[in-house]
Amino acid sequence: MELNNSKAKRITWFQKNQVKISPWIFLAPGLIFFSIYVIAPIFVSIGISFYQWDGLSPSIYVGLQNYIELLDDEYFYISLWNNLKWLIFFMLAVPIGLGLAIFLNQIVFGIRLIKSLFFFPFVISQVVIGLIFTWFYQPNYGVIAPFLNFIGLEGFSILANENTATYGIIFAGLYPQIAYCLILYLTGLNNINPEQIEAGRMDGAKGFHLFWNIVLPQLRHATFLAIVVTVIGALRSFDMVAIMTQGGPYGYSNVLAYYMFEQALSEYGYRMGYGSAIATVLFTIMMFYILFFIYRMYRNEREDNN
Amino acid sequence: MKKVIISLIMMFGIISSTSLAGTLVINTDTSDAAPKEAFEYIIKKFEEENPDVTVKWNVFDHEGYKQSIRNFLNTDPPDVANWYAGNRMLPFVRAGLFEDVSDIWKDSGWVDGNLSENMEHAKKSMTIGGKQWGIPYTYYQWGVYYRKDLFTANGISVPKTWDDFVAACATLKAAGITPITIGSKYLWTTAGVFDYLNLRTNGYEFHMDLTLGKVPYTDPKVQAVFDKWDELVKPGYFLENHAALSWQEALTPMVNGEAAMYVMGNFAVAPLKEAGLRDSNLGFFQFPEITPGIPMAEEAPTDTVHIPSKAKNKTDAKRFLIFMSRADVQEEINKILGQLPINKNSSVKKGDPFLKAGLNMLNNAYAMAQFYDRDAPAQMASEGMKGFQEYMSNPDRRQKILERLEKVRQKVYK
Repeated sequence: MELNNSKAKRITWFQKNQVKISPWIFLAPGLIFFSIYVIAPIFVSIGISFYQWDGLSPSIYVGLQNYIELLDDEYFYISLWNNLKWLIFFMLAVPIGLGLAIFLNQIVFGIRLIKSLFFFPFVISQVVIGLIFTWFYQPNYGVIAPFLNFIGLEGFSILANENTATYGIIFAGLYPQIAYCLILYLTGLNNINPEQIEAGRMDGAKGFHLFWNIVLPQLRHATFLAIVVTVIGALRSFDMVAIMTQGGPYGYSNVLAYYMFEQALSEYGYRMGYGSAIATVLFTIMMFYILFFIYRMYRNEREDNN
Repeated sequence: MKKVIISLIMMFGIISSTSLAGTLVINTDTSDAAPKEAFEYIIKKFEEENPDVTVKWNVFDHEGYKQSIRNFLNTDPPDVANWYAGNRMLPFVRAGLFEDVSDIWKDSGWVDGNLSENMEHAKKSMTIGGKQWGIPYTYYQWGVYYRKDLFTANGISVPKTWDDFVAACATLKAAGITPITIGSKYLWTTAGVFDYLNLRTNGYEFHMDLTLGKVPYTDPKVQAVFDKWDELVKPGYFLENHAALSWQEALTPMVNGEAAMYVMGNFAVAPLKEAGLRDSNLGFFQFPEITPGIPMAEEAPTDTVHIPSKAKNKTDAKRFLIFMSRADVQEEINKILGQLPINKNSSVKKGDPFLKAGLNMLNNAYAMAQFYDRDAPAQMASEGMKGFQEYMSNPDRRQKILERLEKVRQKVYK
């Protein structure tokens, strides 16, 4: 009798906690890998930023030295400023993507083919786009050279000029990013409630009014997502810079992500501590943004539930 | 009985030494066609001469090697690895990852003299802290490559002095030809110009002091280099938009006859000839003299082989290094590579005027610089070359750039 009792107790403990435990069991593989490959490196990287280390010799603890050096580093400020330019001008992808989506959201013969052609830039690798735009910009024999000659800028090189290089890269980056936003908005437009539009029409809403007050609010989720991916894309802009200018001319088109790579891992780099310090700064900037994003998502979900 | 024991010991000794000598692991970055062929040849020949050794050869991708060597020297060291001379090997020497091979330089077991005599002109670039850390097997010259036909058409003869050089540029510019082409997108081409201007204005010793961080970048002697550079940059003698072009892209104007000269390494000859230039219209001359009386040092980046300090089979590794330094071996390697042997007793491929000119120039050189990015530490080199590129686009920022480089110098060489 007693034996039976204890057996029953053992079973009931698991049964009692089954609901609590099983989600963790299912989450475990993901959590383990996430902490090994994402969470742990963040702390390791922050740790390395307090050291001077070339990856070979023993590392030397230098305290905040790397950060103090950053404050006095001209190239760091240039990169930071360029990141800001990326954030602002990369945002153009959202309205342009929306415009194209509305333009393509009609039923005519062959629209599927046309839509897929507009998706195309998103499918091509960033590296290929970077390379092709570099050729476009080539002075004297690039695709845009005749246009530059026409407006009197003969032999002008966009990527070799410190004032235009960053904009040249952002423009190339917009090409796939617009396609990305376009896809997001097209899916959003599919889910629009036609009854609401009909109702709006009956109430006399037309053109821009109809779009602004009835269509756009329904695209709220798509807009939110488009902004999120665009901001993240702008902050981690790396491939385009690496392919098109390598941060040049003389560091004027650098961004934090590429500058970190250059300092820590490139041929002339191997300053792991300094690179980690740059990474930590970039991480902090992203963290602000991500916290804001999580907070909004949390608030939205609560609103939806209520 | 004694005899038996001795012979047994001897036999055992032979067996153990052969089992020790067994395999020789070699890691190289020779993924390009010619260097790969050269190493295939070397290894085949080495195995023929040393039947007791089996070579295991790992070829790494040329660019990836720069990363991998940092890993494999620690974790999975080969017995021989190739690398570069000068300050490029400094981090590995400092971290104790390369073996000191001074004994090979002192006594290589040859009949006709030792390495220190046959490679005397390259010894400096293999020496750190009074010891030698590897064996050089190939290098190539830098200098000015030019269009002979454009020179003739404009009545210019090969400039020997700085004044002649600047005058030649002026004549070419007036004729609507870009005097000097350069593509500085990847920065290092600018360092070739800087090195030569400094070597010719201030001499080899000063250049080494500068790259070793003993002289401030704001020194009047460095200013003097930029004064000379001004004479080329300010009148626009360099190709416009050089910052947008790679060194290969900058060859195009020269091939098209729109530019006349290129301060470059000998590796530029092959693509220039592929693009259609011939020995009849492509020429080479030594970078002209600037300050009279200063001995002419040249730029000659050197490729080397080393023994990692954690290598398992150092005995055979040393045999391999000695083998690679031999005059006949270096001659054969460099015939395949189309470059120059370092051993003074080697000769070069006949019928190549560029190699012949290079060999003459280097064998008579006062000393050899390795190139700015190998002589100066990595961080200094990268900031320096960025500065050179910025200066070439904005010569009036010179003072600001030099002050920035001086700041970097004080940080780098603490």
